[in-house]
Amino acid sequence: MDGIHDLGGKHGFGAVNPEANEPVFHERWEARVFAMYLQLGGNLDRSRHAIERIDPISYLADTYYGRWLGGLETRLVEDGVLSQSEINERARVLGAHSDDRVAARPSFTRGHLPDEKQSPDRLGTAERPLETSPRFALGDWVRARITSVEGHTRMPAYVRGCIGQVIGLHGGWVFPDRHAHGHGEGAEHLYTVRFATEALWGSGGEEDVELSIDLFEPYLDMVDGDD
Amino acid sequence: MTDSRMALRAEALESLLTEKGLVDADRIDETISFYNERVGPMNGAQVVARAWRDADFKARLLADGTAAIDEFGFSGGQVDKLVVVENTPGTHNVVVCTLCSCYPWAVLGLPPRWYKDPAYRSRVVREPRAVLKEFGTAIPGDTTVQVWDSSAEIRYMVLPAMPLSWAGQSHDILASKVSRDSMIGVQVLLD
Repeated sequence: MDGIHDLGGKHGFGAVNPEANEPVFHERWEARVFAMYLQLGGNLDRSRHAIERIDPISYLADTYYGRWLGGLETRLVEDGVLSQSEINERARVLGAHSDDRVAARPSFTRGHLPDEKQSPDRLGTAERPLETSPRFALGDWVRARITSVEGHTRMPAYVRGCIGQVIGLHGGWVFPDRHAHGHGEGAEHLYTVRFATEALWGSGGEEDVELSIDLFEPYLDMVDGDD
Repeated sequence: MTDSRMALRAEALESLLTEKGLVDADRIDETISFYNERVGPMNGAQVVARAWRDADFKARLLADGTAAIDEFGFSGGQVDKLVVVENTPGTHNVVVCTLCSCYPWAVLGLPPRWYKDPAYRSRVVREPRAVLKEFGTAIPGDTTVQVWDSSAEIRYMVLPAMPLSWAGQSHDILASKVSRDSMIGVQVLLD
């Protein structure tokens, strides 16, 4: 989806702001949310998509673990594990004001199906060996498709329509665009594609920069000699 | 939301999930201790120091990062397929995840805030030299800057170049000098 999470190449965010001697977690609740996520496991692609569906203002304002919290609450409600009213009531009992906004949450849920089955191990690999041969070979020139989907995808907008060269073959992996929506794993071949900075940003890029990114086969078309 | 509101919300979820037997408070404490104490860039630094001292290991690490780090027995996840990219006189590598904040936890720990914030994610794919300068890292014009956007489940770690004057030092001393930022690629190690 063309959401705020797809940040590559956006202007206006100012300087990077590193923090000296940064702790692993800044707040106790951040650590609790992180550990709950790991313990609950489940479909990582759906979790990512739940975070992407957070409204843009909250996405930016609530910081990283705030987004995890919102994504977690969404998943629990959408999967029927907890109801929105019981979460609200519990938060109120713990001291939340009744007019407090809930965790940063998507308001748009069309097309999001529950998982067919819960994976017991969120950290399990998403690599899935495929019988089929990869369509592209090392050195092939490929163009990233110009697609704008409403659902989950792992192709960032900034590579759309750009031509690059295949520099890595990684075999089959769970295809997030399907898996995030409860349509099975649908493994696809995964490639690393390298783009010259001019291919991405025209004359607006820096000198002597290249960008390599991992893209699934359905995101790519072969560039033939006429291109 | 403010931190206190998010803390309340997180507590509401944890208490409900605990009552339903879906999470266990002791296991949550264990996970937090584990990531606070055992998972971090000190693990990646072990890998780098070994690669600097052992050419065979370095060759294996660059050929198949996942297999090469297996012998260290790190856990912490997010290294199902680890690709290690080497800084050389002609190439400087830097890693980002523009879509979320993918990061090789088992070797680098959990990512710092700046790695997850919009400024780094938006800018480093477009103007990596300018971003690196903000970290005090100037890359010579004749060195290609190679940006890696970890958009799938492959995770990337940079093998930084060792300053020549460090040659011959012990594994432990070398490992103590390898910074997190040098393994993300926003820093070059100096004497």
